[in-house]
Amino acid sequence: MYTQAMDIPDESGKKLAAVSNAPSDQEAAFEARIDADGRIEPQDWMPEAYRKTLVRQISQHAHSEIVGMLPEGNWISRAPSLKRKAILIAKVQDEGGHGLYLYSAAETLGTSRDQMLEGLHSGKAKYSSIFNYPTLNWADVGVIGWLVDGAAIMNQVPLCRCSYGPYARAMVRVCKEESFHQRQGYEALLVMMKGTEEQRAMVQDAVNRYWWKCLAMFGPPDADSPHSAQGMRWGIKRISNDDLRQKFIDATVPQAKVLGVTLPDPELKWNEARGHYDYGQIDWAEFWNTVEGNGPCNKERLATRVKAHNDGQWVRDAAQAYARKQKERALKEAA
Amino acid sequence: MNTPALKDWPLWEVFVRSKQGLEHKHCGSLHAADAAQALHMARDVYTRRQEGVSIWVVPSVAITASNPDDKGELFDPAADKIYRHPTFYEIPEEVGHM
Ligand SMILES: [Fe+2]
Ligand SMILES: [Fe+2]
Repeated sequence: MYTQAMDIPDESGKKLAAVSNAPSDQEAAFEARIDADGRIEPQDWMPEAYRKTLVRQISQHAHSEIVGMLPEGNWISRAPSLKRKAILIAKVQDEGGHGLYLYSAAETLGTSRDQMLEGLHSGKAKYSSIFNYPTLNWADVGVIGWLVDGAAIMNQVPLCRCSYGPYARAMVRVCKEESFHQRQGYEALLVMMKGTEEQRAMVQDAVNRYWWKCLAMFGPPDADSPHSAQGMRWGIKRISNDDLRQKFIDATVPQAKVLGVTLPDPELKWNEARGHYDYGQIDWAEFWNTVEGNGPCNKERLATRVKAHNDGQWVRDAAQAYARKQKERALKEAA
Repeated sequence: MNTPALKDWPLWEVFVRSKQGLEHKHCGSLHAADAAQALHMARDVYTRRQEGVSIWVVPSVAITASNPDDKGELFDPAADKIYRHPTFYEIPEEVGHM
């Protein structure tokens, strides 16, 4: 739970006092607040579908943060220098923190941490498909920071204005930390691009493998996203999948030029009339196949996650036993 | 999957003083077995970039919050007491800042 009514700007002047217990009145008050771009807090009445949508979205988001620790965590022991190792540890630690902020926000909606972890570990809950691809060389770590975190930032910035207060506040905290993630990745690639021919080829190879997958991170095209409109209506989603994707592409093309890499899309070109870059066709069959569990690393990621959780069980048990003992001792001394 | 320990770890609300002289501000929550562990984890989660110089952790169950249904009763009566604000009073210009 986030404790409500403590640090929350409330919509003073908005009349919610007249709300009776009749569901239709509550619903009207909820709708009115949404229409006025107000915020919903945990204790406020909300439609069940709004609650469910948020639980699903926030828990998936949380799962993505902690599963996202794995592909990069894979390189901590093999980072090319102590400096890069320290940076990578800091980034991976941040992602663990992001998971915690988000799990806490989801818990305010009445779900528990155990339920969410159970959903993740049993394979019922989804997380971002991008993490089901392998990190094959060191440049992958840089590309993940630049492109994967870059795409995540595009997605997350509008969520800072999400209608659900605890989610929005968690996102503000997350976004403050993300900028370091993208910059460290881009800078690591700049260094490699100033290196040998072989190093430049590694960067290009990583970009080639990750580019299309990053574009898919924004989700299916608007025409194929039936729930998207409702999410927009509720102020959970602020910008459509296609619009976010376009923003990401427009922002990334000049960065690729500075870096000196080619984005692997022959159809990628500036469209003067639209004022945006045109781009080629995303392989949605591959995307859905990975979402459904058949990507190259789905099984490995989940197994690693479950093993880490199980291996940590004795630590949680010990902390619990210690706390109990301390409490008993304090009681005995007081008696 | 059975994770009894996590289930039993109570929830704590975390308050951080960003710098000396400022108040502690609520910044989030976390699960921990006891107060010492809650402090330790709050330090790792919420102050990795010098965001704070002091942390409070409070068991979430110890907090009593006002009910949103009472919002009108609690807060609206203050709306018509405009004489509680300095701008209610007209002071001659020549007095200057007061
Ligand atoms: Fe993150
Ligand atoms: Fe990140």
